[in-house]
Amino acid sequence: MQSAEWSDPPGRGGGDRLMDDTGTVVAFWLLSAITVGAALMVVAVRNLVHAVVFLILSFVGVAGLYITLSADFVAVTQILIYAGAVSVLMLFAIVLTPRGDRDNRETFLRLPALLLALVVAFTLGYVAIDTEWAISDREGFEETASVIGEALLDKYVLPFEIASVLLLVAMLGAIVLVRPESGVEEAPE
Amino acid sequence: MQALIPALAEWYDLRDIGNAVGALLEQMEDWGAPDWVPYVVSGLIGVLAILLWTVLSVLAFIWIERRVVGLMQNRIGPNRVGPSGLLQPVADVLKLLFKEPITTRDADKVLFWLAPIVIFIPTLVVFAVIPFGERMVLADLNVGVLFLIAVGSINTIAVFMAGWASNNKYALLGAMRTIAMLISYELIQVLVLLAAVLFVGSMRLGDIVAWQQDYGVWLLFLQPLGLLGYVIAGAVEMNRSPTDIAEAESEIVAGYHTEYGGIKFGFFYQAEYLAGFAIAAVIVTLYMGGWTLWGLEEWVPGWLIFLAKLYGVFFIYIWSRGTLPRLRIDQLMAFAWKFLLPLSLVNVMVVGGEMLLWQEAELSSGEALPLFGVVNFALAIGLIGGWAWFLGQLREERVAHRAILTQELGAIYYGEPAAHL
Amino acid sequence: MSVDLEHYLIVGALLFAIGLYLALAKRNFVAVLMGIELMFNAVNLTFVSFSRFVESPNPLDGHVFVVFVITVAAAEAATALALAVLLYRVRDTIDVDRIDLLKW
Repeated sequence: MQSAEWSDPPGRGGGDRLMDDTGTVVAFWLLSAITVGAALMVVAVRNLVHAVVFLILSFVGVAGLYITLSADFVAVTQILIYAGAVSVLMLFAIVLTPRGDRDNRETFLRLPALLLALVVAFTLGYVAIDTEWAISDREGFEETASVIGEALLDKYVLPFEIASVLLLVAMLGAIVLVRPESGVEEAPE
Repeated sequence: MQALIPALAEWYDLRDIGNAVGALLEQMEDWGAPDWVPYVVSGLIGVLAILLWTVLSVLAFIWIERRVVGLMQNRIGPNRVGPSGLLQPVADVLKLLFKEPITTRDADKVLFWLAPIVIFIPTLVVFAVIPFGERMVLADLNVGVLFLIAVGSINTIAVFMAGWASNNKYALLGAMRTIAMLISYELIQVLVLLAAVLFVGSMRLGDIVAWQQDYGVWLLFLQPLGLLGYVIAGAVEMNRSPTDIAEAESEIVAGYHTEYGGIKFGFFYQAEYLAGFAIAAVIVTLYMGGWTLWGLEEWVPGWLIFLAKLYGVFFIYIWSRGTLPRLRIDQLMAFAWKFLLPLSLVNVMVVGGEMLLWQEAELSSGEALPLFGVVNFALAIGLIGGWAWFLGQLREERVAHRAILTQELGAIYYGEPAAHL
Repeated sequence: MSVDLEHYLIVGALLFAIGLYLALAKRNFVAVLMGIELMFNAVNLTFVSFSRFVESPNPLDGHVFVVFVITVAAAEAATALALAVLLYRVRDTIDVDRIDLLKW
């Protein structure tokens, strides 16, 4: 239970632009381990449904990382859409597709793919560490939802409207694609 | 957040258990505990309180539901175990604990074991954002309302895991139907709660209760269409009659939890009750003023008022279980997509217009809110009646076709010529 | 011990690489899609961590971008999975190694 005085976790007193209090550090390492570990298990398991469950765990881990970055709206949206909807879509697709292909095998291109993935990882990591980022003095955000909402209707209203048309088109397209070819026959009288 | 209940914030002031906890935490700081200890202890106390309360409520309501539904169905209900059946929940729990939890041979063992746990978690986590009293929120998130919906959407994963891992085509079928139901009504929930959030201007549940207390009006008087939509969507989310298609014993054995026995089924059973309490708690917080009761919270503890309202709303759900017949899955889906969805969209638009009117015309709350209430009620009645009539006009005239098998049998038994022979 | 921008960027890079491997090296169409979703998540994480740490006049633009990426990813997942079901209907398999009618 939180009373008003304890609503701020410790370490926030002097501004948390450094993010060095124990709670945040422990949370970051734990959540990163869960996220990356679950992603590795998606690659490794031999059962496609288990792979999707690990993917869901990875999504939830990423949502936790968003919370450590004080992005509350994006974290809850991530859980709502990724863990709640996209994952169910993938599970439905697995149910509707054949049983023989559910063993999560690799193609014959696995070694080049592995090499490419490692090269990409090292490049991105090197650029991330080596660049001098313009770190700001800002503390964590207080409340993001209202600012995001204003931006969506003020500065980014055109992408917002296009995104809604895109969703409508995707919905209609998905329905049209999986409709049965001919109409359902009527029962004889 | 300043105290909404004035004065008397001593530790023995039971009107707000946050007082006692706050005093304990101050005491711990006086003893020189490091910084993070009060924070962790307050979290732990909240978690333990919620766990204790939910378990006790479930035990109580197992008995209440079975007695009440029995009396509504003109029978007595359990009255053997203990004085007038009061120990029935204990007997139920003991039975579930002693039963062997069988895992079928070809079931997916990991997912089979995981599904009851995963269905239990969202229903419990929802209580973390609900304000039981003034300073009795475990985590008053800024995106509280969205959190409720997001956590509820994890139920679909758990249902799929249960249905899939059972290796049973009826379980999978039941799970698919349940998931289709759940995702359709999730959309309705979002739109309806969006209208409520528009009124208050904040997604934080503590702010919503404070708004209802400040303006002295419950949101249900301003949002009848929203309340109706949320009550129905909530009934579907809890897998309760009249929408308990998944676990209708007379239809699909037990749907996605057919293969579950023993304490694994106990988890599903408890999760159903907890989901009911969670939906009732959300309705009470958002539409019925939460822990406030127009000033009564100065004498009666806020959490008692909240619990009384919550049990009242849950009683209405028990009542609907005993009274209404079960809906078919296609009726339910058609109702969501053809009826509730357009109504909630119109509701959102109307509420948005009202908010704009309130700001632009600079009305005071005393004249704006009654106007909005009357308009919303008239709109609700008009829309429900009109749209239902319109959809009824669109339905094709149904001629009863006899099923093919009975047609053929009829040809044999009654000597009628079968049409296709 | 503190947590900086570089930590989050490295987590994002790792997730992106794992998603890339999934997208390139798996036989099942749905597994390829899982890799693509992981890559989207990595990109979102990078955006949000930049939005939190980097100096900017509108720091929450990163979050707006993430909302759009999530929206487009959901639309794309729906379409791709509809294609997967249709593909199974037409070619009787969703093994990407066997869907090679356009090969030379």
